[in-house]
Amino acid sequence: MIIYGTALLAACHLMGLFLGDLLGALIGVKSNVGGVGIAMLMLICIKMYLHDKGLMPKETEAGVGFWGAMYIPVVVAMAASQNVVAALKGGPVAVLSAIGAVVACACVIAALSRSGKDDTAFAPEHHLEFTEEQDV
Amino acid sequence: MFEMFSKILVQNGLVAAFACVGIAIWLAGILSRRLTFGHIHGSAIAIMIGLGLAYVGGSVTGGQKGLADFPLLAGIGLMGGAMFRDFAIVATAFEVQASEARKAGMIGVASLLLGTVIPFVIGAAIARTFGYTDAVSMTTIGAGAVTYIVGPITGAAIGASSDVMALSIATGLIKAIIVMVGTPFAASFMGLKTPRSAMIFGGLAGTVSGVSAGLAATDRRLVPYGALVATFHTGIGCLLGPSVLYLAVKALVG
Repeated sequence: MIIYGTALLAACHLMGLFLGDLLGALIGVKSNVGGVGIAMLMLICIKMYLHDKGLMPKETEAGVGFWGAMYIPVVVAMAASQNVVAALKGGPVAVLSAIGAVVACACVIAALSRSGKDDTAFAPEHHLEFTEEQDV
Repeated sequence: MFEMFSKILVQNGLVAAFACVGIAIWLAGILSRRLTFGHIHGSAIAIMIGLGLAYVGGSVTGGQKGLADFPLLAGIGLMGGAMFRDFAIVATAFEVQASEARKAGMIGVASLLLGTVIPFVIGAAIARTFGYTDAVSMTTIGAGAVTYIVGPITGAAIGASSDVMALSIATGLIKAIIVMVGTPFAASFMGLKTPRSAMIFGGLAGTVSGVSAGLAATDRRLVPYGALVATFHTGIGCLLGPSVLYLAVKALVG
């Protein structure tokens, strides 16, 4: 049943956000600390467990996979609802700070991603059957 | 006729948003193939179209939610809001290979810390050269350079004035926009092609919105690894901003 996958995703999402809020309150921060990241870790663990037990049929996976594939459209909608006008009104301080931060971080990323041993690789293609956006 | 149709659009906001975004992505795909011969990813063009329309929406309506301020397109705000964004990001975790994520765990955490401190220092220093010499303003603008959520939260915690808060939000928004648009162009410079590099990027580039859109426009497979790290960014910034970083600035400038 496709809803099992979506319900599992929803449960992880809600639990993760709740734990993130809890973690924030615990360390005295007025924000959610890694809620979405916690939800992702929960989903990864549950998926591995169910997969090993053979309790993860294709339809259940599709209930999550659909939302993963909706990710780019959601991001486009997010871009269309940003406060771009306010961002551009900020003036030179905002523009220069932002550019400076981005350039510095890009250089550090370039240095870090080339340093050390990188033995990570992507999953083989068949894991990505719902991500059709290759040519879009 | 038009009124009947617009009533349907208003009443079915989210469905209308699905249709509009679908059309935008279709157009972006055509532009990508015809104008750039596939050199610029369709998703990158779609995101730029989105940002451009958000500017039009914001300047026509005077609102804060871009295109979503038009009542006919309010569904865009729901579809692009935090709920759907986070739901879709969590769903991408299904594609994460735990073994790969674990291999890059430590460097992810390290880049998360660097990604908080480096933008903060640069933002605070630039604020100072523009005459914001008090510790509170420097900290607030520096925190804005981390993410546009860390800025106002830090500012509110240490009592910054509202114009400095607005400036810090603007700094964070511009940073997110630069990351969204610039990532695909700088991807090869940053060595962005493996899960490990995506996790480094997620920690250093900050802002979930910037990272998620930037990686989506570069290579869809990078998204879950970057997002996994980036979602801790705001929390760490809110933790360090009003505390350690503020105290450090205060000790330096008095």
